[in-house]
Amino acid sequence: MRYIRPHSLEEAAGLLAGSTGTAAILAGGSDLLVRMKGGFIEPDLIVDIKAIDGLGEIRETAEGFSIGAAVPCALMGESAALKREWPGVVEAARLIGSKQVQGRCTIVGNLCNASPAADSVPALVAAGARALIIGPGGRRTIPVEAVPTAPGKTSLAKGEIIEAILLDRRAPRSGDAYLRFIPRTEMDIAVVSAGVNLTLDEQGAVESARVAVGAAAPTVLLVEEAAEVLIGSKLDDATLERLAKVCSGACRPIDDKRGTVEFRRKVAGVLARRAATTAYARAGGK
Amino acid sequence: MNFDPRYSTRNFTSVGTRPIRPDGVDKVTGRARYGADFNMAGQLVGRVLRSPHAHAVIRKIDTSKAEKLTGVKAVITAADLPDLTDGDAAMYDILDNCMARKTAFYDGHAVAAVAAVDARTARQALKLIEVDYEVLPHVTDVDEAMKHSAPVLNDTIFTEGLEEKPAKPSNVTKRSQYGHGDVHEGFAQADYIVERSYRTEQTHQGYIEPHACVASVSSDGTADLWVCTQGHFVYRQHCAQLLGMDVSKLRVTSSEIGGGFGGKTHVWAEPVALALSRKAGRPVKLVMTREEVFRASGPTSATSIDVRIGARKDGTIAAAEATLRYSCGPYAGMWAELGAMTAFACYKLENVKTVGYEVLVNRPKTAAYRAPSAPMAAFAVESAVDELAKEVGMDPVEFRIRNAAQEGTRSSYGPVYGPIGIGPTLEAAKNHPHMKAPLGKNQGRGMACGFWFNFGGQTCTDLNIGMDGSVSLAVGTVDVGGSRASLSLVAAEELGIAYEQVKAVVADTSSLGYNDMTDGSRGTFSSSMATISAARNAIKILRERAAQTWDIPVDDVVWEKGHAIAKGDKYGNLAALSLKEIAAASGKTGGPIAGHSELVADGAGVSFATHICDIEVDPETGATRVVRYTVVQDAGKAVHPTYVEGQYQGGAAQGIGWALNEEYIYGKDGRLQNPGFLDYRIPVCSDLPMIDTQILEIPNPNHPYGVRGVGETSIVPPLAAIANAVSNAAGVRMTHIPMSPPRILAAIEAEQAG
Repeated sequence: MRYIRPHSLEEAAGLLAGSTGTAAILAGGSDLLVRMKGGFIEPDLIVDIKAIDGLGEIRETAEGFSIGAAVPCALMGESAALKREWPGVVEAARLIGSKQVQGRCTIVGNLCNASPAADSVPALVAAGARALIIGPGGRRTIPVEAVPTAPGKTSLAKGEIIEAILLDRRAPRSGDAYLRFIPRTEMDIAVVSAGVNLTLDEQGAVESARVAVGAAAPTVLLVEEAAEVLIGSKLDDATLERLAKVCSGACRPIDDKRGTVEFRRKVAGVLARRAATTAYARAGGK
Repeated sequence: MNFDPRYSTRNFTSVGTRPIRPDGVDKVTGRARYGADFNMAGQLVGRVLRSPHAHAVIRKIDTSKAEKLTGVKAVITAADLPDLTDGDAAMYDILDNCMARKTAFYDGHAVAAVAAVDARTARQALKLIEVDYEVLPHVTDVDEAMKHSAPVLNDTIFTEGLEEKPAKPSNVTKRSQYGHGDVHEGFAQADYIVERSYRTEQTHQGYIEPHACVASVSSDGTADLWVCTQGHFVYRQHCAQLLGMDVSKLRVTSSEIGGGFGGKTHVWAEPVALALSRKAGRPVKLVMTREEVFRASGPTSATSIDVRIGARKDGTIAAAEATLRYSCGPYAGMWAELGAMTAFACYKLENVKTVGYEVLVNRPKTAAYRAPSAPMAAFAVESAVDELAKEVGMDPVEFRIRNAAQEGTRSSYGPVYGPIGIGPTLEAAKNHPHMKAPLGKNQGRGMACGFWFNFGGQTCTDLNIGMDGSVSLAVGTVDVGGSRASLSLVAAEELGIAYEQVKAVVADTSSLGYNDMTDGSRGTFSSSMATISAARNAIKILRERAAQTWDIPVDDVVWEKGHAIAKGDKYGNLAALSLKEIAAASGKTGGPIAGHSELVADGAGVSFATHICDIEVDPETGATRVVRYTVVQDAGKAVHPTYVEGQYQGGAAQGIGWALNEEYIYGKDGRLQNPGFLDYRIPVCSDLPMIDTQILEIPNPNHPYGVRGVGETSIVPPLAAIANAVSNAAGVRMTHIPMSPPRILAAIEAEQAG
């Protein structure tokens, strides 16, 4: 096993592109090291990206925020600007694992682990976040929902690394929220989850919306029909009930050790309704 | 030695205080040595190969490739652990569980093991062992296993306890029955009858420290074993028997223990580590992974229980009946029997009958778990009692008080009770502020009672007085809950010296006579009895030495407050001699001063508890939150109240986990789906409220200080108390443990659908 700690993205991408056998990127390691310890994988090459300049930073740009691939989730909670503009994304990142895990884990790792139950992903999808990718072909940007393709699988080509997650600057009267269901209070993995992101018009009606549901299909679902339900409304009870119904209907869950099909369906709707209510309040809706 | 264990009232000086435990500093600074902290020069790493199948014949094991791997020093299979059990069926089962002989009976059953120079080599070697399995049909569900169509695990098993020996073998190893009176007549008198079926899923003790040991077998046939265990003398006995050694040639030293709860009363990896060391000629360290702990050690029974209870209009129970089916894993046990014995032990019943069935399934061998079998029986019975109280129109506490057992009651399992605490714990619960606290939205309150026998057993203790007057206390019961502190308090009390002058240690098996393991809540009960006895023996010598110094008859010397005092006016001028003074002179008065004690601690007083809890249920998701929890339990006498409270809280915490989320989940393939703490959900700190405790002290007449065991009873009521609270909060009766959110939500939706 080779462990390399390169100092530039180009070098990292080159190492990955030129690797034979299995290669893995190490940032926080909260998924990789657990899988290695469990004997599930034994990579031939590990590329540790934490020494690369700028990757551990959250940058405010003219367009919004750039969250580096090596930014631990705990750091996102310490960014006042990010918390103010994207509270739903930050609260999702701060639900992963435990306090200790959050000191290491990253949202890019969470995205690339490609679990349908990843906590930060529905919030990022609802937020319309984009992944900035560097690879042998240069740089490209894709919506985050285009990264995971199936449990454990991503659309990234060999040699490609996600450099950062990009979030837009907020329009006025916007709010987002994320909720997940776990049987415990912490240290757990979502049985089902929902992220909602809203922008209101001057009258307080929903002008634009994005709704995502997690752990209810092989990948996180962007439920466009749910957004349509919300648009134009002020989240009256009937709208919220329709939202819940649409989200439940969009689910394609499985029965497993963490929950049943019926449970995930029903609770996906409940969480979407509750998250929408919170996002609406955060956007200043009354 | 004449030792009188009977209780007499006294004013305590040390007992009942709350000093810091002697093992505390090392535990919080990380210096304390647990099982995996022991190392020897040249030690090898042991690893175990486990069956991936729930049920399979082992046709052939080829270890040749593994043996050839560089760095591998020994590979063993069942052939390296020949059967020396000589017809002892229980020992044979232990042997077969440690290393499958002909058949792998569960996912995780050990089939071979290696010792290698490092973990990587050992892991590689495991991959090189070729096992030829013939996969057999399996059964993991307790009710399915009882059906005629179920695959039979062991065709030599014919149900015991039936009037006639059955014609065919089955998975039911034994039927047991308890009770008295005539339940048919009783039910005929009942105005209200509640009848329900309940299920509980299999849980693990969830000790944070995995099993770990270092075994070192010398070429002269003697051996040392350092191990995390609840009973090093029992481990010595079992290991010596399985390996064909004299017990005196195997020295077992117990480490600090990071939780056992009954799960470390059984050998699993230790005979394997010894066999590896014997073959390799080097010390072998064997530490189970968390996955191995779940797949191959521990768990308690999964159960299926039917209960029927009838009451008259005046609220007295007319008849009570239960049928209890408990899974045992692949080997015979007495788990259902313990359930049948404890089910109705809280109540005064004219007509009661319980029947238990021990059921074999393709799951790990069932192990003891804190008051083994009682929590599930209590869940079923206390749930039905709650419903019956409602039918009768009585408050659930009043209903239980009306029917509670008392001194002189013939228990449902046979014996007649002496002074007991069930009535007082119920009265205390009734008067507790918790009972009157207002409930919030979606919240429900539940309460339940619980019983455990408690155990005494063989105990041996040494008390040595140093020449500086400090006291070493060597005990043979592993300290699982603060017993070194409690026993130091007892020695200090008896000798009349300060707690700080006593240092208690757990001695190894070569330094002390045999001790039963720390189980049955016996640690402090039995070892305090032996400590009192040893201290009294030492006091006798102290008095003799004083008498010798003063040249007066020993009968004229009494021991008071740590001093020898010459009694009566004729010795008026003699200054009292302190323990320290007598100890300092001991070299000239006859040598070292010590007290020894060996006894069977009979008369462990039975123990009762009543728990109250408030649970909030989210009606849209089935999520639960424990809002408030109160434990009321009889301790007889709380030697160290902080650690008694710790036992009360710990039992409640484990019970909360069991009630709400913990369960073994098997796939259709018979493989365990959740062998880790992520998906086997024990509570995390933030899941629990502060657990309030109230200690009652109804002295045990069979202990000098009135002590009763306190460790186990506290896990008996929680399943039922929480089920009653959840049922009240959700408006639907919950009959399946754990009450995980999907189960609660499904029950709410079924109720709404009518």
